Amino acid sequence: MATRSRLHVAVFLAPAVLVYTAVMIWPLFNTLRLALYAAGDEGRVFAGLANFATLFGDPRWSGAFWNALGNNFWFFFIHMIVQNPIGIALAAILSHPRLRFAALYRSAIFIPTILSFVIVGFAWKLILSPIWGIAPGILDAVGLKALFAPWLGREDYALTTLALISVWQFVGIPMMLIYAALLSIPEEILEAGEIDGITGWSAFWRIKLPLILPSIGIISILTFVGNFNAFDLIYAAQGALAGPDFSTDILGTFLYRTFFGFQLQLGDPHMGSAIATAMFAIILTGVCIYLFAIQTRMRRYQF
Amino acid sequence: MHKARHNPLNAIAAHAALLTWTAIALFPVAVILINSFKTRKAIFREPLALPSPDSFSMIGYQTVMKQGDFFLYFQNSMIVTVVSLFLVLLFGAMAAFALSEYRFRGNTLMGLYLALGIMIPIRIGTVAILDLMVQTGLVNTLMALILVYTAQGLPLAVFILSEFMRQVSDDLKNAGRIDGLSEYRIFFRLVLPLVRPAMATVAVFNMIPIWNDLWFPLILAPGEATKTLTLGSQVFIGQFVTDWNAVLSALSLAILPVLVLYVIFSRQLIRGITSGAVK
Repeated sequence: MATRSRLHVAVFLAPAVLVYTAVMIWPLFNTLRLALYAAGDEGRVFAGLANFATLFGDPRWSGAFWNALGNNFWFFFIHMIVQNPIGIALAAILSHPRLRFAALYRSAIFIPTILSFVIVGFAWKLILSPIWGIAPGILDAVGLKALFAPWLGREDYALTTLALISVWQFVGIPMMLIYAALLSIPEEILEAGEIDGITGWSAFWRIKLPLILPSIGIISILTFVGNFNAFDLIYAAQGALAGPDFSTDILGTFLYRTFFGFQLQLGDPHMGSAIATAMFAIILTGVCIYLFAIQTRMRRYQF
Repeated sequence: MHKARHNPLNAIAAHAALLTWTAIALFPVAVILINSFKTRKAIFREPLALPSPDSFSMIGYQTVMKQGDFFLYFQNSMIVTVVSLFLVLLFGAMAAFALSEYRFRGNTLMGLYLALGIMIPIRIGTVAILDLMVQTGLVNTLMALILVYTAQGLPLAVFILSEFMRQVSDDLKNAGRIDGLSEYRIFFRLVLPLVRPAMATVAVFNMIPIWNDLWFPLILAPGEATKTLTLGSQVFIGQFVTDWNAVLSALSLAILPVLVLYVIFSRQLIRGITSGAVK
């Protein structure tokens, strides 16, 4: 081997490394760099941390930023407390060895996950619309009509409603991953538990759940990264202004409005870069917490 | 546990729970599809009824066909998705082969460098990506989207494929070398066919996010000639907001291709996810 030319190694690596570097890594660092510049009379001028001073110091900017960040955390929180338990419950039921039609249920429940946010956003907007009357009609049928409100149009409900729509769409992913993890638990371990008298629910809580914790960790970090660069659903359902009155504004829509401009507001790539940098820092922090604090402490079992 | 498994009450409860969620999952899709074939009056009067001979109407589809260039949008989405997938698979497999097959200085470092993109979303770099596309004149071309999606798909592709390529037997490759095959032929003739299942997994994983993406088409290629189906239907629906027939038909037209693809590939997709390829 050593005598052969090693040119082929470079040939194999070059296309992937070139595209990846040019279109992903370089723009990423360039965006971080652009955050330190501002538009001047003759193109870009170096501005140091001025953009960040504006973003966090100027009440108009910082108000919008903290609003978007807070909304984003609420969006993530709803996912964590609704999506994951439902996903785990569905997976636990599906992994039952004698369940019939399991494959059919699995495929059907996964269907919303493959649809685009545009479809999901508009479909739910229509269904929840008081004009069409499907949601009030259904609530009426079960005698709960008084509960109906134009959820997407109310400041206090809109964000939670959108988060639940997103949960509806993505519950298939935790379901599949947990399902796979549950299937990989060897039968001997469960049988050993049975001999010790651990069956049914307590088998789930005391044997299976600890064994699928690593998968729950992976799902959590995937959800975190996905939520903190989410944009499409809010944009499709509420538009770039993330109404009503910015109550559904998250970092993705805030970045879009700032950098691309919307209606009367002109686009500002440098402030946009500053927001993107903040998003980068948040996502990086989340990933690091996961990698160093959670994943290394979690015990993995080899079967 | 065995007792629990045989309990018919448990089985009924399990089916009830799964059926409930299946209904919740499919209900919105069904409502959209059903109502897209009805007259405006019937849509509002009985939104949950199936179209009857009385209420059947294709008026929405006619508006969509007249007003929106859905064939063009579909074609654009198709080109972007297929070419991006092809490049992700080709470039990804080549890089994965280099990383898993050869020992060279910086191998581990290169692997880590390529893996960075698994966790960091490419959207963070959008400002500079738009800059880059403006400078290279690629704004409003499908090429811009293809490049972005290729870059976005590569990290996970390299990661998954190199795991699989490590399992290809060395004896096979060495036999090929003794027969005088070049490294390129060993890759294309011997290794690629053996990792085909992993390639399919990678393809299915990448397909859905690329097809459904709204962000990059909106920013890099919003021109009429380069709209993808996702962006096209978003803009169309925004314009026809009060024409319920047209909106429902446009939504149905956007749902159908994905649903067809899903029916074809769902087994592959589910096997891919459950085989633990993402762990």
